[in-house]
Order: sequence, then structure tokens, then C-alpha cells
Amino acid sequence: MIAEAGLAALWLGAALCALQLVAAAFAVAGKADLAGIVRPVAVAQAVLTALAFGLLIWLFVQVDLSVALVFENDSSEKPFLYRFAATWGNHEGSMLMWVTILGVAGAAVALFERKLEERTLLATLGGQAVIGLGFYAFLLFASNPFARLNPVPPEGKGLNPLLQDPGLAFHPPTLYLGYVGLSVAFSFAIGALITRDVGPSFARAMRPWVLGAWIFLTLGITAGSYWAYYELGWGGWWFWDPVENASLMPWLAATALLHSVTVLATRDGLRAWTLMLAVIAFSMSMVGTFLVRSGILTSVHAFAVDPRRGTFLLVLLFLYIGGALALFGARVGTVREGARFDPISREAGLVANNLLLSAILGIVLVGTLYPLVLEASTGTKLSVGPPYFDAAAGPLALILVAVMATGPLLRWRRDNLKPLLKRLGPAAVLALVALIAVKLAAPAISALSLFGLALAAGLALASVAPLWRRNLLRTPLFVWGMVVAHLGIAVSLAGMACDSSFTAEKLVAARVGETVAIGPYSVTLDAIDPTFGPSWQALQATLLARRGDGDTLTLQPQARTYWAPPTDTSETAIHTAIDGQLYTVLGKQAADGRWQLRLWWKPFVTLIWAGGALVAIGGALALVGRQWRGRRKPAEAWA
Amino acid sequence: MKAKNQRLTLAVLAVVAIIAAALLALSALKDQAAYFYTPSDTVRDHVQPGTAVRLGGMVAKGSLKRLPDGVTITFVVTDNAASVPVRFKGIVPALFREGSGVVADGKFDATGQFVAETILAKHDERYMPPEVAGAMHKSESLKK
Repeated sequence: MIAEAGLAALWLGAALCALQLVAAAFAVAGKADLAGIVRPVAVAQAVLTALAFGLLIWLFVQVDLSVALVFENDSSEKPFLYRFAATWGNHEGSMLMWVTILGVAGAAVALFERKLEERTLLATLGGQAVIGLGFYAFLLFASNPFARLNPVPPEGKGLNPLLQDPGLAFHPPTLYLGYVGLSVAFSFAIGALITRDVGPSFARAMRPWVLGAWIFLTLGITAGSYWAYYELGWGGWWFWDPVENASLMPWLAATALLHSVTVLATRDGLRAWTLMLAVIAFSMSMVGTFLVRSGILTSVHAFAVDPRRGTFLLVLLFLYIGGALALFGARVGTVREGARFDPISREAGLVANNLLLSAILGIVLVGTLYPLVLEASTGTKLSVGPPYFDAAAGPLALILVAVMATGPLLRWRRDNLKPLLKRLGPAAVLALVALIAVKLAAPAISALSLFGLALAAGLALASVAPLWRRNLLRTPLFVWGMVVAHLGIAVSLAGMACDSSFTAEKLVAARVGETVAIGPYSVTLDAIDPTFGPSWQALQATLLARRGDGDTLTLQPQARTYWAPPTDTSETAIHTAIDGQLYTVLGKQAADGRWQLRLWWKPFVTLIWAGGALVAIGGALALVGRQWRGRRKPAEAWA
Repeated sequence: MKAKNQRLTLAVLAVVAIIAAALLALSALKDQAAYFYTPSDTVRDHVQPGTAVRLGGMVAKGSLKRLPDGVTITFVVTDNAASVPVRFKGIVPALFREGSGVVADGKFDATGQFVAETILAKHDERYMPPEVAGAMHKSESLKK
């Protein structure tokens, strides 16, 4: 019954979504009679999708094996957390989560958006309904999560062991909140294009939604990177895997949008460009959904294989992106361009930020899609990996960091070079000192890491410079937000450069009792023992690590074999010190009885994710600061 | 500067930036993309030593050898029509075994041996990289 109720809720939600579209269309066209129902319908629709999603979670937690999806991905042997999170560790469940977040985002706009002009708001909710209809159709016709199974099998197949990790409970929902949250920016742009209402007040209404989605996206990417780092056991934190790129591309576009919407809100500039970015940002989310959910990729993440779904998603993708761009093309001429500004000004800095982010986005997009397009058109297979992305995107990212250091020190509208250089002076000197010091300390360092470290030092100082000579208690929260977020980028960049240049790696075959030196540690293979968990058995190495005269640490990496489904994985053991991580992996037994061990010493690698967290915290401070300030002093919500 | 001129300047800058990025991307693609080869392809195309290549096929039965250092292995990748000797230093994926599909990223050395930097094996019991499936299918149909 529960599965049928879930399916019914979905169909009802789809019907309400259609009603939302029709009512919004009439209301925008001037027939006000239906305007009153748009908001309640949007909320009711969200409640129904949430109900369907809640019922699916219930089916997974209860392990109702009469539902095909539960049978394929769940098993009663698993602990509660993985039965719960398995709900979205598969194609259908994650698409239902997608639609649920889409519905909830629409309802949030209907309930909480007060700044936007009423007609534009109705058009926005209409836009949200258009997106919703396509994805309801995809769920109901191509990805029904509630399909029954007859006869009922005795036990489920279980969840892919790589996904049996607490990361699954956190990473996908966070990422999806960001991904799908960007739909609101997209719908805002559609709404504004329809009613031709583009200006500072529109930008101020849109900004918190963009900021909210961006915070979740940042958290999701950071968490996903750490998850891949410790779960895969390859010692890397970013592989330029297409699935990773699928989350990076919306982030790049959303970051650009976040900055351009500020220009629109403050100075009424970059109107058309901001709308364009809002369309691009969510388009990238849809491209990402297509890449991940169509099964088109050969990658560690792509678990879905079904061409019918791919075609369906591709058609949706073309309809939405094409439709939005057509609307943009038709209406952009009537969007007057706003105020102008000097080549040396905060606006100009933000334009440079936008150009660089867009260029990086283009490079990532080309590198991700090129192999697919080439194979589809000529049959030639090739892989585009880290060498391409590092060579093409790396230098641009470093220029972007330099711009990021400069931007906040520029005045709006017009500034002069001389005072700017004076403000930038300390940071530039620090960067230069860091450059020379690093080059002297490590002459063999790669150019990318060298400049990365130097610019990270410069950016760190330049980011806190806006606080200089300010009363810190009276500094608005959103300024703190910018400072913290930019500082986070500096921290993360330093971590990336340290990891890529100073990591020590050792691959050895060791006998029990043998000691291996790695970085500042000496690691002894103390024992190899069999062990087991709720759904796996494993060989576990006990490693005793010692640093100088310090205490002895125990690390226990495992080579695991899961039963349902039968799969081998390796569980890393990581020790976090103040200045880096010791990362250990147990491999196979060599023919003569020795054990393969892979050891890494990764100095300051944790800064990468600490920086990501700072960026998200900065976003949260800005969001809270703006809302609070806006409520307190509506007359001068902008400073 | 008038508003119109400013928009023009911005547009020109944007176009220049995008062209520069595209050139950067294309040149990096040309140098850095690794083409996928089956063993038959490598024989036919005479792949130069030092070129980054992705090699896919099946680990030939009875070809897997472990070298005395305990961490290096050699094996032969075959598509039943041609074979390539491969050397790899590292921990192989759990599902790497003789008779199973494999994709290796690496380069040929001067002696014609393929030096693999990373090895991807069949990801789980149900999954096979499409390249491998394709290569196997091709060689299967060649045999008939």
C-alpha cells in the first residue's frame, strides 16, 4: 500500500504542478482570478513530493522487498543509517530526491519571497512549474521508484559497498540542495525576462536564493572530495572525473552569478549578463544531472546504465536550455543596460572575476564533453584527464586568485591606480616573499604550485585587508562573510599546492615486523589479522607509526570483502596531525608472504577541506548578514 | 567613456577572453588527451613510445607475474587478436585478475613494453568499462 500511496502522491503532485503552471500563466497574462491559487498550489505540490520521498525512505528503512528498487539496493543485514541513505544511493531514488528539492524550493519561494514584484514572482513560480513538469514526467515514465516486484524475493541485493559510508547520508542531499536550488535562480531569470523587471530590487530578491544554493553546493563538493579521498584509497582528493566536473561546473557558474548579482543590486549594472548567468548556472546543473543519470560516462560514479533515460534527459535538457536562451534572445534587447563604470573600479574587478570564472567553466565543460561528443560522432575513444585540466584551467585559476585579492580593495564606480597599489602593497610584498622563500626551500617545485603558494599567501593577507582600521564589532556581517570566504579560498589553495608538491609516497612489500620510513614517521607493520563487520569480512593490518620521540599511533587499514553485493574494497586508515595526514592503505599479499603497503605523508592536505568549509561559512555569514540587515534597516539595505 | 562604448569594450574583452580560453583548451586537449587503444589498434597504428595512451583489453590467462620487489607485476593485455606486455608498479584493484577486463593508463617504453601508471579493473561484479566490453566484442566477432 505504501508504494502505491507514494506513486499516487507523485501523480497528484504532477497534476498540481500543471495547475501551478496554468494558473501562473493566466495570472501573468493579466487574468487575476487564478493568481491567488498559485502559491498554495506550489506549497501543496511540495508537500506531496516530500510525502512521496518520505514514503520511499520508509520503504527502504523497513526493507520492503516487494518494491523493485528496494530489492535492488537494500538489504536487511545493513545498519539503519545505510538502509536510510540507500534511498538516494540509486538512480530512481536520487531523481525523486531531485524532484522533491525542486518542489520544496518552489514552495520556499512561494512562502518566503517578499521583495520580488508580484507579477515577476508569479512568472517565477510558473518557470519553476515548467521545470517540475519535465522531471515529474521523467520520474513517472522512465524512473518509477515505486515499481513492485512479483514474486517477492527473500533478501535484497544490497548497496554498493563504496557507498556504504556515512558520507552517503550527507554528500548527495547537500549537493542536490545546491544543484536544484539553482533552479530558483533560473526561474527568477525567466520570470524577470517575461515581465521585463530587471533591476536592483530584482537582484536583491534573487541574491539570497543564489547564495543559499551556492553554500550547499560548496559544502557538497567539499564533502564529496573528502569522501572520495578516504574511501577510494588512491590518495587523491580531486580526479577531474566527469561526475566531479558535473558538480564543479554549476559551482563555477553560481560563483560568477553571486558576484554579478551584487553588481546588479549595488550599481544596477550587468543586467543581461546576470540573467544569462542565472540561466547558465542551472543549465550546468541539468547537464550534470544528464551526465550522471544517463549512464553515458565510464566513471567510478556512473552506476546507472539505460539509454532510454539518457534520451529523455537529453530532450529535457535541450527544451529547457534552448527555451530559456530563446526567451533571453527575444527579450534581452528590451533589458536596458544599467549604470556604467570605470576600468578601475569594483565593478571592473567583478567583471574580470566573471570572465575568468566563465573561461574556466568553458574549459571544464569542453574537457568533460569533448570525449563524449567525439565518441558519439566519430567513434574515436579518448580520455581527458588531470594533465589537460591542470594545464588549461590552472593558470586561469591563479589569475583569478590575483583578481580576488584585488577586487575587495577597489572602490565602487571609480578608483585610482595609485591608492589601489598602496592598499594592495602589503599583500603583494608578502606574495613575493613567499615566492622567493618557497623557491629557495624547494627548487624543484612545479610552477603551478609555486605561484599557488605565493598567491595563497598574498590572498590571505589581502582578504582580511577590508577589515583594516574598521571597528570589527560594527563591521557588517556580510563584509565578514566576504572576508571569510576569500580567506577560505587562500587556505584551500595553500593545501592543494602543499599536497601536490610536498607529498611523500611509498609503495612497499613488507614482512610483519618490518619498519618503513615515510615523511616524518616510521611505520611498523605489527600484525595482519582477520576481522569482520555487519556486512563484510576483512584482513586488517595493524600499523604502529612513530614520529621522532612522540607517542606510538595505531593505524588499521583493511582490505574488505562485502557479501551483498560481493565486492572487494580497501579501507584506508588516516591519522590527522596538525601539519598534515598520514594515509595508509593495505594491498595484496605478495607471493613470498610479504604484504603490500601504500603509505603517504601529505603535509597540510587538510587545509583543502578546511578552506572549503570556510568558504561555505563565509557564504552563510553573508546570507544571515544581508537578511538581518535588510529587516532592520529596509531603507538602506545596501551599503 | 559613454555607456555604449563601455558595453562594446566589455563585449570585445569577453570575446577575447573566450577565444584565449578556447585556444588554451584546444592546445591542452591536443597535447594531453589520451586515446583509447585495444592491443590490435596499437599494432596497427604503431603508437610512439612516450605518448599517453589508454590501453584496454583482457588480462591474458597465465601471463600474470610478480617481480621480486613484491609490488611490481607484469602481465599481457590481449583482445584475442593482438597482445601487449604491460608492467605496473602499485596496488592493483581488487577485481584485477587473469581473464578479466582491464583498462590501463600509461605509455609505451622504448622496448615496446607498456608501462601502466593506473589500472582500472572491472569495477564490481556487474560492471565492465564500456571500452573493454567494446574491445572484447570486437575481438569476439573477429574470431568468427
